[in-house]
Amino acid sequence: MNETKLVDIEHVYAGYDNKIVLKDVNLSIYQKDFIGVIGPNGGGKTTLLKLILGLLKPSDGKIHRYTSVSSGIGYLPQYSEIDQKFPITVRNVVLSGAMTGKKLIFKHTRKQKQRADELLEQMGIAHLQNKPIGELSGGQLQRVFLCRALVSDPNLLILDEPNTFVDNAFEGELYEILRELNRSMAIVMVSHDVGMISPYVKTIACVNETLHYHPSNKITEQQLATYNCPIQLLAHGDVPHTVVKKHQ
Amino acid sequence: MEPFLEAFQYSFMQNALLAAIFTSISCGIIGTYIVSKRIVFISGGITHTSFGGIGIGYYMGFNPLLGAAVFAVLSAIGIEYFSRKSEIRHDSMIGIFWSFGMALGIIFIFLTPGYAPNLMSYLFGSILTVSLTDTWLMLGLSLLIILVFLLMFRPILYIAYDETYARTRNIPVSAMKYLLMALVGLAIVLSIRVIGIILVISLMTIPQTTANIFTKKFKTIMVYAVITALIGTLAGLFVSYKMDIPSGASIIFSLVILFIIAKIVKLIQRRSLS
Repeated sequence: MNETKLVDIEHVYAGYDNKIVLKDVNLSIYQKDFIGVIGPNGGGKTTLLKLILGLLKPSDGKIHRYTSVSSGIGYLPQYSEIDQKFPITVRNVVLSGAMTGKKLIFKHTRKQKQRADELLEQMGIAHLQNKPIGELSGGQLQRVFLCRALVSDPNLLILDEPNTFVDNAFEGELYEILRELNRSMAIVMVSHDVGMISPYVKTIACVNETLHYHPSNKITEQQLATYNCPIQLLAHGDVPHTVVKKHQ
Repeated sequence: MEPFLEAFQYSFMQNALLAAIFTSISCGIIGTYIVSKRIVFISGGITHTSFGGIGIGYYMGFNPLLGAAVFAVLSAIGIEYFSRKSEIRHDSMIGIFWSFGMALGIIFIFLTPGYAPNLMSYLFGSILTVSLTDTWLMLGLSLLIILVFLLMFRPILYIAYDETYARTRNIPVSAMKYLLMALVGLAIVLSIRVIGIILVISLMTIPQTTANIFTKKFKTIMVYAVITALIGTLAGLFVSYKMDIPSGASIIFSLVILFIIAKIVKLIQRRSLS
């Protein structure tokens, strides 16, 4: 593989308070990857993201972040983890993604503000920029979080269930946006709905205490069963489903 | 208005006025952080823990406010530290600090020979007995808080809003939180003279909640809260002076009246808009 490597995860074990959640996980993320992370609730999907982001230290094994991601990774957290009544405007949430480094005395540069304005425009929420986040709908809020994740122009974008609390129209639009973004950055996206994401992602990582990497976006029910990955497969009429034979 | 202005011939009234201004500034700003970050309960814990410092101050014969300051800052940092490092849950840890501080205060005041005349003023506040030294300390703290919030506004806002995200941006979240908790502790201690341990949380929550009715912007809430706190403390001071009732209680009464008026104004605004 001659692509640029961004992150290497080697034989990593991780968990909380002596409870191991992930065992012997190996994964490499490359510049052009679009990895869909699937698996049951409590299987360790979010833990994997926290490891990549550096929010959690592995109890064993090694994680290496290459210089192209050392300046920060774009991150869209789970919707429920954010206080929606906090008194902050849309524009300030987006700008918060531009802050970086160990400085405590910090002001935004003109360039950062310009980038924030561009993104707000691109996502079609420029007219909302001075609104408090409490007045937004689920879809609008996810756009704000996407702007925040992108304002630092990261090489790696990490999304934790970006399709929760959004309407179907925006869900499709979101995947198109991500496909476009994937031209310039790697994407790792957690989803509980494998049927929905599989046409958009390039490869799939199935996380359930261990990690099984599928170097294609074609995944079958048998495969999921083999890997002890009890995932709900949803059939959508207009989404192309590919079922291939079990490979050894 | 005239009897109110007349009252300021007395130096204790001048001190009270300055105390009202400086307390409104520090509580208005710090309270916005407390309310937005939903740490009202921690702040209540810190306040009551500081009573232990007051007791020790009485017993050992040094300024009780100094003892309270040490206790407040240590408990602010202690609650933050222990709830992260130990298996005890955050709110339970606050409960332990809260009651232990009060118990220490009671024990040491009981052991102090003679009667502790100012005890009631620490519990319920007494803006009319604020000394000149106290007002200087309050001025210093107000300036410090204004400076910190001016220089570090962005990191403070971003960490308060979404700590996890701030960590992914490599912002020194822990250092910032310890600094802010120390400021919360100091703001509480210096407000104790004005409004008392039992009532201090009012200045950190009522003006901010009133401000929040009209604006959902962090920075604007700070400004409105300072103004609301100032009107409330001055009105309370006036009522307390005229009717000879405890100042702490009359200040809170005024603040709640302001809150109710704000709610009604907002309702009328909404009616006329729709």
